[in-house]
Amino acid sequence: MPRPHPALHLAVALDGAGWHPAAWREPDARPKDLLTAGYWADLVAEAERGLLDFVTIEDSPGLQSSLPFAPDDRVDQVRGRLDAVLIASRIAPLTRTIGLIPTAAVTHGEPFHLSKAIATLDYVSGGRAGVRVQVSRPFEAELFGRRTVASYGLDDFRHPDRSRPEILAQIAELFDEAADHVEVVRRLWDSWEDDAEIRDTATGRFVDRAKLHYIDFEGPRFSVKGPSITPRPPQGQPIVAALAHNTLPFRLVARAADIGFVTPRDRSHAAGIVDELRHEQAAAGRAEQTVHVFGDLVVFLDPEPGAAAARRSRLDNRAGAELTSDAQVFTGTPGQLADLLEDWRQAGLTGFRLRPGTLPHDLEQITRALVPELQRRGVFRTAYEADTLRGLLGLSRPASRYADTAAVPARRTETSRTPVA
Amino acid sequence: MSKPVKQIHLAAHFPGVNNTTVWSDPAAGSQVDFSSFVHLARTAERAKFDFLFLAEGLRLREQGGKIYDLDVVGRPDTFTVLAALAAVTDRLGLAGTINSTFNEPYEVARQFASLDHLSAGRAAWNVVTSWDEFTGQNFRRGGFLAQEDRYERARQFLDAAHVLFDSWRGDEILADQESGVFLGDPDAGRFDHHDSQFDITGRFSTPRSPQGRPVVFQAGDSEEGREFAAASADAIFTRHGTLEAGRAFYADVKGRLARYGRSPDELKVLPGVTFVLGDTDAEAHEKATLIRRQQVSGQSAIRFLEQVWNRDLSDLDPDGPLPAVDPLVGENTIARGRADVRSHRDPLAIAARWRELAEAKKLSVRELIIEVTGQQSFIGTPSQVAEAMNEFVQTDAGDGFILAPHLTPGGIDDFADSVVPLLQERGVFRTEYAGATLRDHLGLGPARTTRRAAS
Repeated sequence: MPRPHPALHLAVALDGAGWHPAAWREPDARPKDLLTAGYWADLVAEAERGLLDFVTIEDSPGLQSSLPFAPDDRVDQVRGRLDAVLIASRIAPLTRTIGLIPTAAVTHGEPFHLSKAIATLDYVSGGRAGVRVQVSRPFEAELFGRRTVASYGLDDFRHPDRSRPEILAQIAELFDEAADHVEVVRRLWDSWEDDAEIRDTATGRFVDRAKLHYIDFEGPRFSVKGPSITPRPPQGQPIVAALAHNTLPFRLVARAADIGFVTPRDRSHAAGIVDELRHEQAAAGRAEQTVHVFGDLVVFLDPEPGAAAARRSRLDNRAGAELTSDAQVFTGTPGQLADLLEDWRQAGLTGFRLRPGTLPHDLEQITRALVPELQRRGVFRTAYEADTLRGLLGLSRPASRYADTAAVPARRTETSRTPVA
Repeated sequence: MSKPVKQIHLAAHFPGVNNTTVWSDPAAGSQVDFSSFVHLARTAERAKFDFLFLAEGLRLREQGGKIYDLDVVGRPDTFTVLAALAAVTDRLGLAGTINSTFNEPYEVARQFASLDHLSAGRAAWNVVTSWDEFTGQNFRRGGFLAQEDRYERARQFLDAAHVLFDSWRGDEILADQESGVFLGDPDAGRFDHHDSQFDITGRFSTPRSPQGRPVVFQAGDSEEGREFAAASADAIFTRHGTLEAGRAFYADVKGRLARYGRSPDELKVLPGVTFVLGDTDAEAHEKATLIRRQQVSGQSAIRFLEQVWNRDLSDLDPDGPLPAVDPLVGENTIARGRADVRSHRDPLAIAARWRELAEAKKLSVRELIIEVTGQQSFIGTPSQVAEAMNEFVQTDAGDGFILAPHLTPGGIDDFADSVVPLLQERGVFRTEYAGATLRDHLGLGPARTTRRAAS
């Protein structure tokens, strides 16, 4: 029987003890190990045993908060975390095939640093690096002290003020800046052609400087000269991903990313999101390029019917509130989840990023029950088919944009600006 | 009463992007592949070294307006490669050079605290400042610091980072599953820091790391640099690799510590040195000469001369005499992004000295440059080198060495196999790591703290 779609892609999103605020209180949780390398190594090894495409690692510059726009002073939830890029790098030598996509903030940091950090993650992992870019929360500006950012809702889907025009304009500017940031990161990855290093003893030249390129980026917020100090990474262009809930971040995904993580409520909502994203992709002139759209789901999984729902309500009771999330929360058996994934992918989603409610329980349900079920249905790999993240995602290795030395590289001086109505 | 025998500290410098790193040798490997870093780190750990050291440069060097193409170029991101090395080593300290001009304290503190957690207490930070607009062109911070503001920026940057490191005491995470209390203090990580460079407030997101703070290195030789080290650093990376200069420098910086209420043991003096080993003294010297010729090709010699002369000398014959024309005095425009150019403050005097030397010894341009730049610090049999290094440390010219091999990645293999055992036989170098953290290896006590007042 012919398969209706290519095999689906599956990733997990790792965050602390899991996505439920009370996850750290579960008997199998390791809340005192969250700042150790061993904790993350065990989780990623489990994900790799399940043949998942990649893991993402959550992060933010500032401390975790239960409030979207402000810090909180709660003491009953996990607080404190490590830099996600460094966690990914620490884990890379201990794994072989799984992709590693840490979260990085792009509002305050330097694109030059981020570019070489992810290039280096690509070197130490042998071509398995990506980065999920994130616009910072407003209150995080004061941690850096360099600029103020309007204290409005950014990407937050719940904020009541987010449709006011002046706020939209400010938010649009932050997303434009994020797109510029990614543009610089990507140009720097290409700034060394693959064969720039020549080690030519006859002429005494180590590099062919004609194959090192200034990127000469000029934008309203920053300019970057280049080239990178780090040679072109193994994948050429590591993967760029972003979480997107509405039009502005959809546009960022469409312009700049290889993967968008989206949060549909149901199959028809998913179809609408995919539609809008593909429209934005065409508008950004990238219709021919592969842009994956992954549906995000928070998952509570148990093999016995009803057990996951009971577990979730026990966790809700401990937390003192029902779990709310930007993503749909799924409670059920791995088989039921497999049904849902098969259904939603008909809407055009190319993969799913599952957020385990608790760790390691829900991760192990994914790798040891959901994956075998999807394999039985013939919709998920039974062995890794590639050894780079681009390869797992069906993306070829691109040539450097500067590689055509015969022609003057066509350079935009900045990425297009978002028109604000 | 005889002085107690000092223990030597040893570190491996990953070969850098200048002409001392020989790439033309068949044994020269990749400067960016992770396997090269693994090789050097594992060799250093097998030999019980204190730490691995990474330098940094944030813009490719240029000369005459073009990217410099004669030396090794290209390197990884410091934090990222050190975090990966933490996975393939257990005890080796991991020291990274991180610039305080093109970063902000919050992000650097977060990365070092994370590295210290992920390496279980092995992180070290060599604090440097840039001054040039040239490097700034790669950064949104852009701009440039006046020479006199550099140490002010570094000092305030380090102060701010310390405030962040110390914003967690280390006992806040209770993670009590029964009571549901994760954090014992709702204010954990709170900071509020204001000075002329920084204006930051909030809560730091990375809890206190195993060492509390990373070990802090300082690498400048100026008056301000020495004072900065005496006030704030745990170790100082110097260029004084000769006995006489070493002793003078050592006495000077150690003498400054008392003013800051610190004992001489609290600041380790570690010169960066090179070495060549041979089965006989004569063989070692032959190898040393050969390596110098690999390091200084005719073209490299011309480029060196251009840096002092501040002129295009591309038509000069490297095997001929020095140019008749004098150096161009003023802002050095010929070479950019190169740390040593700033030291050519009196090019006319240098030119006069070099002409005299070339005249006296009948040296060509290339021979002169070989003579006046980067002569190896220790040349001889393993036993001679071990003896000389030991004398250097026991007579207070240093507390140990940062070894800069000329080959990537196997440049310290011979040293690890032949010199280290001899130092161990003499009882001046460890045969096993006594502690787990880099502070333990360096014999530094617990990190000082400037803890926020208990609320």
